[in-house]
Amino acid sequence: MSATTSATAPLDNKAPRGIHAQPDDVDHSHGHGHGHGHDHLDDDHEGASHSTLKGYVTGFILAVILTAIPFWLVMGNVLDNPRTTAIVILGFAAVQIVVHMIYFLHMNTRSESGWSLLALIFTLVLVVITLAGSLWVMYHLNTNMMPGMMDHGMHTPAS
Amino acid sequence: MSDTAVMSTSTTASVDAPDNLRFYVPGDHHVENGTLLGFWFYLMSDCLIFACLFAIYGVLGRSYAAGPSGADLFDLKLVAINTSLLLFSSITYGFAMLEMQKRKTGRTLLWLAITGLLGLGFLGLELYEFAHLIHEGAVPQRSAFLSAFFVLVGTHGLHVFFGCIWLVVLMVQVGRTGLIAENRRRLMCLSMFWHFLDVVWIGVFTFVYLMGVLK
Repeated sequence: MSATTSATAPLDNKAPRGIHAQPDDVDHSHGHGHGHGHDHLDDDHEGASHSTLKGYVTGFILAVILTAIPFWLVMGNVLDNPRTTAIVILGFAAVQIVVHMIYFLHMNTRSESGWSLLALIFTLVLVVITLAGSLWVMYHLNTNMMPGMMDHGMHTPAS
Repeated sequence: MSDTAVMSTSTTASVDAPDNLRFYVPGDHHVENGTLLGFWFYLMSDCLIFACLFAIYGVLGRSYAAGPSGADLFDLKLVAINTSLLLFSSITYGFAMLEMQKRKTGRTLLWLAITGLLGLGFLGLELYEFAHLIHEGAVPQRSAFLSAFFVLVGTHGLHVFFGCIWLVVLMVQVGRTGLIAENRRRLMCLSMFWHFLDVVWIGVFTFVYLMGVLK
């Protein structure tokens, strides 16, 4: 339902502009369209993306810290257990991705009236299914199938 | 298809109708920043491509076929330099966007040029690393691990390469016509693309390089 309404909404809005442009003289429609688009891009830009020096610098400092710590953990062999190190650096990566999303890509609940966040959440669900599903299935394929086939193959010629 | 057919017939019908009978609302401005939302959708589908490549690497990343492993091959100092280059290019692109908001064409172009140089530096180091690996015999067809590695990291590098081309094209366009609304929109799209590539690189250096060197 929501997909059809969102698909038709731009058509509804776009149609009249194109139709107006045809019968009217070119100069008028061009000037009108240009001024219109200009104003709105300004409004949207200042309203939606919030690019500020403070935001970029904050994000950059956080990103540097969140990058440096995993490299230090791995290159300096700080933690004894590699499994713990792996979990910790994956955690840092997840936090850094969120930092980049907020400070560099300017994600928030309001931009594009929430559609970009909705698309992001949907993508994240698909990414989690793809990654977790592949790793889970293929891990079990490796660990369960291989010894079973080996046993089977070993027993047949012996008996 | 049938939906669009209905749509177009109803819109042509509405041309003849008086203004107050038309079904659209002229005051609705949803469509104005449609490009940015559409580009975000593209990035999300690109994200799915990378998710598949990460899944391949996750499944095959330990299948060395008695060949070299990540711990044997990866030079973490090189990766750290590459990571910092990409991170610096993110913040310099941010500075370019800030200058764009102040409508300062020259300084925008300057920061874009610095961003492009950092991107090219990243690409150069990555090509050097690839050449080094291939020289050592760690070619893509050596093992499943190396195939997955070259495809994942190579796809990211290809994205950075096309981002650099796009950046140069936009610099030429900004140089010719200045910071008009169209060019600002294009710069905002490339901004999203560039920062998105940095986000993917976080996954690459963590999942491929750092975890590949462990144990």
